[in-house]
Amino acid sequence: MAVLIMTVRQQVLVLYLATSALDTQVVGWANYDGTGREFHMAGDNDTPPYKTGLHALQDGWRLIQANPLTTHIPGNEYRTDYLKYEFFFEKMVELCPEDLIL
Amino acid sequence: MTNERSTDLLRLSSQQMAEFAARGFLRFDNVVPESLNAKFLKEVGHEPLAEINNPMEHYGKVMAGSAIPVIRPGTRLHDAYSNESAISEILKLPLVDGAIQSLVGAEPIFDHHFLHITFPPQFYAGSQQKSQHYHQDSTIDTRQAFDVQMMYFPHAVTVDMGGTRFLPGSHLRIVSEAAIARYQNIVGQQRMVCPAGTMLFLHMGIWHGGGLNQSEEMRYMFKIRLNPGERQVRLWDSSDLGNEHFEQRPIFWTGNDPGDQIHQTLMKPEPWFEADTGRLELMNRVRFWRYLLGDNTFDSDYWLTRVEREFA
Repeated sequence: MAVLIMTVRQQVLVLYLATSALDTQVVGWANYDGTGREFHMAGDNDTPPYKTGLHALQDGWRLIQANPLTTHIPGNEYRTDYLKYEFFFEKMVELCPEDLIL
Repeated sequence: MTNERSTDLLRLSSQQMAEFAARGFLRFDNVVPESLNAKFLKEVGHEPLAEINNPMEHYGKVMAGSAIPVIRPGTRLHDAYSNESAISEILKLPLVDGAIQSLVGAEPIFDHHFLHITFPPQFYAGSQQKSQHYHQDSTIDTRQAFDVQMMYFPHAVTVDMGGTRFLPGSHLRIVSEAAIARYQNIVGQQRMVCPAGTMLFLHMGIWHGGGLNQSEEMRYMFKIRLNPGERQVRLWDSSDLGNEHFEQRPIFWTGNDPGDQIHQTLMKPEPWFEADTGRLELMNRVRFWRYLLGDNTFDSDYWLTRVEREFA
């Protein structure tokens, strides 16, 4: 009896948006590809992969985490630090035989 | 370097200083003459690629044998380098000396320096190399006083050499060094592609990272970090500031007059600004400009005046 084993890997897309709304524009991004098909690093592209977070959803990315909105700490209301509107997306991708050849 | 100074100092203008306040950098292309670039490369021990076995060995050799001195942090900049050295001559160029004095005063303090050498792919055969993550140098720094990181590019830097990448306008964000490494790319980022002899002056807080050298040549960048030697108030040539600069320009319903050029510079957002925190960035720029002017009543586009209108 033949046994079919599916091997999947996670691809992660992190988008930083201009507001807390998914349909606002991308201002920053990062890609991590667990399949090993693509390698990404800092500064490798100046053009966002999607115009907005909604465009990523429409392309099949699953939203798995969004930054909550938090109360401003008294005395620090005007301090800026990390990018505020971070959204994690994933795709689970089935490996093909070529992916398994290291 | 001793106290010998350039005789025809070129201080920054108010417009240049406002650009530094707003964007956190000033770039001057091709300001170091070719003869001085060649002298610098000779002094640091530049060798043809064919004579280099591996990066670590070469770095060790350069560290031990180059003319770049070993200097204790806290040394007066003017005592840091010998008069005959290429670095000393570069620091005495009128534009370079003028920019340093405009930013950190007449008696800046040496913090540290480093010669960054980035090697081409032939030295890393079989291993995946990557660029340096985004980071902010040193550690969390909440001062209004600021240090300057002076980057000197002694040879032309092409796109595939992976020149320093940085994010304009990120300098006022209070972050912790490599905590920002997750951000691979940000809209509006710039990278250094420049002619030989280019100088880049960075506010200490600017987000930046080195690129991957994918060329067939070595890439050099020499960096000096300087602390201010005095309170950084109007150290530049502020004689170009007119009375109108200290008046509010109309907002929202503005007519066709964009108003004072420096106000326009301070209020110009970066493409990566978030909708709400982008406004905080503008407010923080005004606070920074107040500090530089030594004038706590200055405002632009009414951002601070509005929220300061409080009654006891």
